[in-house]
Amino acid sequence: MDPQHKARLDADFSDLYRVHLRDVYSYAYYRVGNHHDAEDLTEQTFLQAYRHFERAQAESDGRPLRPWLIRIAHNLAANLYRDRSRRPQTPIDDTTGLSTMHTTEDLVEGRDELARIIEAIKQLPEERREALIMRFALGMDNREIARAMGKSDGATKVLLHRAIKQLEGLVT
Amino acid sequence: MSQPAHMDIETMLRLALAPVDPPDSLKMRVETTLQELTDAAVDELEAWEIGAMRDPRNWVRPLAAGAVGVSAGTALVVLRVRAERKKRAAASSNPLDLVGRTLRAAAGEARKIARRD
Repeated sequence: MDPQHKARLDADFSDLYRVHLRDVYSYAYYRVGNHHDAEDLTEQTFLQAYRHFERAQAESDGRPLRPWLIRIAHNLAANLYRDRSRRPQTPIDDTTGLSTMHTTEDLVEGRDELARIIEAIKQLPEERREALIMRFALGMDNREIARAMGKSDGATKVLLHRAIKQLEGLVT
Repeated sequence: MSQPAHMDIETMLRLALAPVDPPDSLKMRVETTLQELTDAAVDELEAWEIGAMRDPRNWVRPLAAGAVGVSAGTALVVLRVRAERKKRAAASSNPLDLVGRTLRAAAGEARKIARRD
């Protein structure tokens, strides 16, 4: 590769990293449920992203690359789950993150609703839970979530709607 | 009646799924890896320059690459200085002191990167 081109790509990638580190880490944390795995997943996501950055940038046609990053994290997390399921000696609780994120301090002062929501999120199907993480932890819009999940905009809108409706049913 | 309930649940979801700040140790880990990858690019550029500088027709190209290198270096200085911000804030006695510490940290990081180059 032309060294100048590589230097330019590196600079662009540094920007991408700086802007989206928190997003990737938040997604990873809520997905895998503990800091240790979330850190590994985040690092692996950026390393994999670096390897494919040139192509992604060329194909993005100016669109934001956050959905692409989250999709990488999503795939890596799925691999992690698959690997762990083959090794029952290291089980993971895929929802511990939702409960450990919030300290007792967070849950006092009449925050029973929050505790109920956290419990309800755990009961959602994985796809609905993921869509909610992207919307509420990362602030992604429907189009971004659709790109990250490989769905159409319409299907994503329905997915989010059903996830929220199901949650409402669980907490009321 | 259903609309306010819907908004309530969205508010609660935002609270339940609040963004999580990555630990500083992770930032250092990833940034070190990125720094190593960028260094590899700089080494490659230098090797190319040694051969190409003998031909005046190629002089414009390294100048442009140098500009890109400066941008990449600047990005790394910013990343590193930002990573240490909390520590400096804790050590500062007032906002002016914090600004001074931040400028000194940026100068220090820039010197480190320049030495590596």
